[in-house]
Amino acid sequence: MLSYLIDIFLIGIVAALINNFVLYYFVGICPFVGVSRKISTAFGMGCAVIFVISIAALISWTITTYVLMPGAPLTQWAAGLFMTPEAAAGVDLTVLSYIVYIFAISSSVQFVEMYVRKFFPPLYKALGVYLPLITTNCAILFACLVIMSKIVGVDNPADAWDLGRGLTLAVGGGIGFTIAIVIMAGIREELDLCDVPKPFEGAAITLIVAGILALGFMGFTGVDSGLRKAMMPEPAAVTAQVQAAPEAGGGDVHN
Amino acid sequence: MADQPTAIERFVQGILPENPVYRQLLGLCPTLAVTNGLQAAITMSAAVTFVLVCANVITSLIRNLLKPHLRIVIFTLTIATFVTIADRFLAAYLYQMSKVLGPYIPLIIVNCLIICRCEVCASKQGVFTAGADAIGQSLGFCLALCSIAAVREILGTGGLFGIRVLPAAWSDWVIMVLPPGAFLTFGLLLGLVNWYSDRRSGKANRG
Repeated sequence: MLSYLIDIFLIGIVAALINNFVLYYFVGICPFVGVSRKISTAFGMGCAVIFVISIAALISWTITTYVLMPGAPLTQWAAGLFMTPEAAAGVDLTVLSYIVYIFAISSSVQFVEMYVRKFFPPLYKALGVYLPLITTNCAILFACLVIMSKIVGVDNPADAWDLGRGLTLAVGGGIGFTIAIVIMAGIREELDLCDVPKPFEGAAITLIVAGILALGFMGFTGVDSGLRKAMMPEPAAVTAQVQAAPEAGGGDVHN
Repeated sequence: MADQPTAIERFVQGILPENPVYRQLLGLCPTLAVTNGLQAAITMSAAVTFVLVCANVITSLIRNLLKPHLRIVIFTLTIATFVTIADRFLAAYLYQMSKVLGPYIPLIIVNCLIICRCEVCASKQGVFTAGADAIGQSLGFCLALCSIAAVREILGTGGLFGIRVLPAAWSDWVIMVLPPGAFLTFGLLLGLVNWYSDRRSGKANRG
């Protein structure tokens, strides 16, 4: 149980900080450059991403485990209706995964938008404009693909991720996206007051700042293995390490 | 359709005047992620070219059947189909390369460049124009990717295509092949392109 909790915790930390979606994997760059002019809009976008990415992870985990992966129960049952059991066991639908994921994401975004507009008008006012944009946000599809690779790609079926791990990765990734875009918006609000050379105005200076930010986030490299070492033998060391990690990161970002 | 650009205009515009990466800032995800080597950049551009040409042609063929509120879903499903084909092809014939590119091949589905071309050009114009547009934009994309990848690979590893070109005295700037190098190189090249095109248009105005 404890090792499971540590595992979940580390997956979250790795997704949010160490392998930050924006600054390490370069997914979600378009909103990162486009919607990072003001802290308030950046935060709204981040919240919308966290919301949608969790739903997408839930859907993609369920579909992958029960329908798409080789030997998935629902597919086996459906194939068993009109095939011999041996042929049914060989049915592998993973080749369809991209089409299924993108369809699941875009339709769930549509439904979420309708649902939120009907039942939570204030939330819709805050997130509404960003929701349609999110369909083409690579971060969402990327989270689905990572979850898929952890289910289909593993050799030993016992190592496949359960729903808790998948959701943690998605939420951690969403939080990492929010952190990155809010920091960026804060810097850009200050940049507006600076005298930037004309060719570099707008996107170019944003990318250079993002490069320096990515350099700062590289300071987190190795934090996960250190944490794992510290946490595995005796749980008492956990709190000390957790407090140390954000401080180290903060110092790097300022450099 | 008199006010729509012709096939040749679309083709030429895609390469430099409306370069997808430097001018429209579309499809930045692969631009930054796979440009740590020229080989990966060229494979990526080839995959994008295949998907973009096929998606544009198909969209152009079915453009009269499209319902406005469903068109984005149709675009993404068309693109996803061709991306699956490209992904399976790479996994079968270029296994090492498909390992290097990893999740960035499936991420072509949500590459805004392709959806944007389907929306702007293919859903309004004929097959021939849409095809020319796709090839022009892909060439522009390839050019941008290769320029960034060349700078990063030379500075980061001292070589091109894995063959060393700089003298051994050059101490490799490893940071250039790591994530921060992508942002820095692209930012600086973008500034350079802006500066050059500003200067050229300024000269044209004065002359």
